[in-house]
Amino acid sequence: MTKGPRIDTRNDAIDTDAGIAANPPRRALPLHRELDEVWRDLPGWRGFFTSVNHGTIGKRFMATAFVFFAIGGVLAMMIRAQLATRDGAFLDTELYNQIFTMHGSIMMFLFAIPLLEGLALWLLPKILGARDMAYPRLSALGYFCYLFGGIVIVLSLLFGVAPNGGWFMYVPLTSKTYTPGINADVWLLGVTFVEISAMAAAIEITVTILRCRAAHMPLTRMPLMGWYLLGTAVMMLVGFPPLILGSILLEVERAFDWPFFDVARGGSPLLWQHLFWLFGHPEVYIIFLPAAGALSTIIPILSRTTILGYGALVAAVIGLVFLSFGLWVHHMFTVGIPHMALSFFSAASALVAVPTAVQIFAWIGTMWEGRVQFRLPMLYIIGFFATFVMGGLTGVMLAMVPFNWQAHDTHFVVAHLHYVLVGGFVFPMLAAIAYWMPLICGRWRVRGLGEAAFWLIFIGFHGTFFIMHLTGLLGMRRRIAVYPENAEFEWLNLVSSGFGMIQAAGFALFAFDVIMQWMFGRRSWRNPWQAPTLEWAMPLPAPSYNFASLPGPRQPDAGALLPLARGEGLLAGAPRGWRETLVVEPGSGRPQHIAVLATNTALPVATAGAIGSFFAMMLAGLYWLAPLGIVATLVVVWRWGAIMGTDRDHPLVEVAPGLSLPLHWQVRQTLGLTGTMVLLVADATLYGSLLFGVGFLTVVAPGWPAPESGIGTWWMLLPALAALALMAAGVVAARLAETRRTRAGGRLWTRLGLACSALALALLGVLGWGLDDPTRHARDALRGAVLGFAVVHGVIAVMLALRADVDARQGRIGADRRGAVPAWQLLQTFWLGTSAASVAVVAAQEVLA
Amino acid sequence: MLAVPLLAACEGPLSTLTPAGPAAVEIARLWWAMLIGSGLITLLVMAMLWRALRRQSQGRPRLAAERRWIFGWGLGFSLAVLTVLLGFGIWIGERMIARDDDTPLVEAHAGQWAWEFVQPGPGGQPVTTQGVLYVPAGRPFDVAITSSDVIHSFWVPRLGGKMDAIPGHRNVHRLMAAAPGTYEGLCAEFCGLGHSFMNFEVVAYDPAGPLPDFADAEEGRE
Repeated sequence: MTKGPRIDTRNDAIDTDAGIAANPPRRALPLHRELDEVWRDLPGWRGFFTSVNHGTIGKRFMATAFVFFAIGGVLAMMIRAQLATRDGAFLDTELYNQIFTMHGSIMMFLFAIPLLEGLALWLLPKILGARDMAYPRLSALGYFCYLFGGIVIVLSLLFGVAPNGGWFMYVPLTSKTYTPGINADVWLLGVTFVEISAMAAAIEITVTILRCRAAHMPLTRMPLMGWYLLGTAVMMLVGFPPLILGSILLEVERAFDWPFFDVARGGSPLLWQHLFWLFGHPEVYIIFLPAAGALSTIIPILSRTTILGYGALVAAVIGLVFLSFGLWVHHMFTVGIPHMALSFFSAASALVAVPTAVQIFAWIGTMWEGRVQFRLPMLYIIGFFATFVMGGLTGVMLAMVPFNWQAHDTHFVVAHLHYVLVGGFVFPMLAAIAYWMPLICGRWRVRGLGEAAFWLIFIGFHGTFFIMHLTGLLGMRRRIAVYPENAEFEWLNLVSSGFGMIQAAGFALFAFDVIMQWMFGRRSWRNPWQAPTLEWAMPLPAPSYNFASLPGPRQPDAGALLPLARGEGLLAGAPRGWRETLVVEPGSGRPQHIAVLATNTALPVATAGAIGSFFAMMLAGLYWLAPLGIVATLVVVWRWGAIMGTDRDHPLVEVAPGLSLPLHWQVRQTLGLTGTMVLLVADATLYGSLLFGVGFLTVVAPGWPAPESGIGTWWMLLPALAALALMAAGVVAARLAETRRTRAGGRLWTRLGLACSALALALLGVLGWGLDDPTRHARDALRGAVLGFAVVHGVIAVMLALRADVDARQGRIGADRRGAVPAWQLLQTFWLGTSAASVAVVAAQEVLA
Repeated sequence: MLAVPLLAACEGPLSTLTPAGPAAVEIARLWWAMLIGSGLITLLVMAMLWRALRRQSQGRPRLAAERRWIFGWGLGFSLAVLTVLLGFGIWIGERMIARDDDTPLVEAHAGQWAWEFVQPGPGGQPVTTQGVLYVPAGRPFDVAITSSDVIHSFWVPRLGGKMDAIPGHRNVHRLMAAAPGTYEGLCAEFCGLGHSFMNFEVVAYDPAGPLPDFADAEEGRE
């Protein structure tokens, strides 16, 4: 173990005059026992179903992701075996199609995204100085949705009904006509089910970074990993809804024949491509950013210095977040879009290389200005540079429209995307795992295995994919199972296959190394890398509660390990027997209140099961039974609200001498409310994508104008306007329910609001009855979808109104206590806003028709 | 000495690196230029990395270092390279797209899993063929590309880039074969079970000589 100089991540002096004094020191062991009693998981199998702790869930996410990685890897080896010779007879074409589709889908949706979610869930509270994520139950719900959805997707392969249309599922190949089996449904329903976990993680990561940091850690000085994960989460919030919408529309087309993508009835297959790549391109950066965050964390520490250009890196992250949404069309350069428009997207695609270059050079500069230590993570970091730089450069090549016309859909693209994803994600993640393993398992690795694994992976990877660029340029397409007339591809493919096996051996050795470290490594000492960040200010392995007392301005970095363990930080111990963590103001990090988090519960797994039953019945084609799944979900979700309020006032809690804070039941800006706002950002994106669909099909799709509306539109305007008026009345009632909550008769307003919302929902039903047959034309189908959106939000608004009403009746609303009213207000307003926009769109269609 | 086997390895009936038409020639030229540039940039970055790994500097990052790495290399260098490349790329692309002039038009119609072509035959009468497209060599032609079922993509690698065949849409793609000969074409977008075999041929005939007999492609080709 080399001893380097002590490092301080934060350049400026910390403002210690925040008026927060240190708590008196206590003995660490009793403090540990007190906290562990409250925070630990239940023992045995019950722990598996009831744990909500971010440490447990995060590790579980990562371990599961690696299991799926292994499955995806086996599929990759089968592909390589098939392609090794030109007449490969290893797999028949149908099975081959399923296998390459599953390889891509598993690696994207069941490995990369969940792995980064797992890393974020596990790491964020530790690095930010909190005890858990903002919504522990949501973490667990996400995990079970991921697990159940992933299992279904993988099982489909065993039954020979796996998706077979390629991982981007282009219609019409995946429509009912050309894929009559359930193969495509497995993908659409399975992936959407899994993406519940992505949305949950995105909301949770955003809120945790904004509000669960250490006291007085301003946003502008949080560890870079925080910025990277914030960028990731924001991209997920805006990037996933188009995919989710696309999947819903395609599934509805397949199940109920609503023609969103059918050209004969006013749809367009290009709508699917736009929605898919609106997600699909940001997805690449969603995967890259957390990996880059790990690099920005590890590189300075292993270079015994501080990162070069903190501000520039933050700017680069923000730049990537924005730019990555402006270049999805570069996956569609050959669909016949005018060249001038392509040039715009080409420029955006090239421009996105700039923030990436800024990061690469900042990292190299950091190493240049420091003193690099050749530890195992550094080896993977070198592997990252050697791989990702080439992937980035071929990416710039592909951004050039003429070259893209040649290289698109060939093995050149296959090589490129593996260079980017393995270089930009897998190598940094392997570095991250090697780096954080001591914190995960408290042990030090076994010497030698890690290095051997690295060299096998590195040599195997480049041997497989470097010459694949040439294979592609020689004209070998993606996704062909055989190439009998092209002997010139054969030696290239044989080389790729051979090295592919070496690479697989490397990953197996890596897994073996991690298991050996977990089981047999010697105990690691604290802070083995002498890192400054807060996740090392705790004993190893990390305890269930992370910090015995939470870091404040006096405990800015890992040097505060002992004072924190002795309870000198904020909110020491668990004297009330609750899982408590500190909530701060988003910008400054000023402490605002204490959140009492959920403890072990089986609600998340029950909820995932209820949601899963809906997906299962859809998959089985039992459409008339599927509503039961929705009802089951609503019943279970209702119970989530139970712990979110209280029927009595609690005194302020002394967090430290001189600082007393209220509990979250008695403040308005709770984590729950922030999360609702963040959720509505994603929701608004979904709605925006739907409106994009309306506009796109109207302008681009053949088969328009649509046939004349059969409804007496002006007659339908009446219930529509009445519904809007009732929704607006609900908004007013919700507002009054909050402002007049202490007066006599305050309960009247929740009751009135509930009635208005329920009536509005019923009127939406009337509108649905008057709708034109949605299978007739895409316009009618889209109207059905827009109405469906309003109905779903109506149900949520009614549920929240009911919750608020029950809160009012049970005395869970008082002078400082607001129950579910603020969240209801928000949702009700959103429902009103989107519904009004929908009515305006339909009215405009009718007027202009 | 190494270049000879290397160039030989670039040849093939589907190789984009043995171009046989102006579009493919320009793209291949763009590729070689980008390859050289990328190779140099990769070497440069790797050399920097190598130096960074070997250096034993003790200093903390200074403002000058930040300026050099972030603004010099990160912003300045990358922006300069990308601007030049982008200008070049757009210029090449502009020159090869189909325009509204009197370039002769042929039709390519894709369906699972075969190609049907309509081209001017004797006396200018349209002739329909299966799996073979006849075009005059040395003259540009536009291909109107359509599909009757799923998405396919029309690609003759030695003549130029690809263009998708999308149901409900009609894409026009300009190509030219510099010399008479037979060029292999294929469907580049995954289209289901028969995708691996959805090939066709482009026969470029000498416009000065007699017209070919427009026979269909060899039988049994799916």
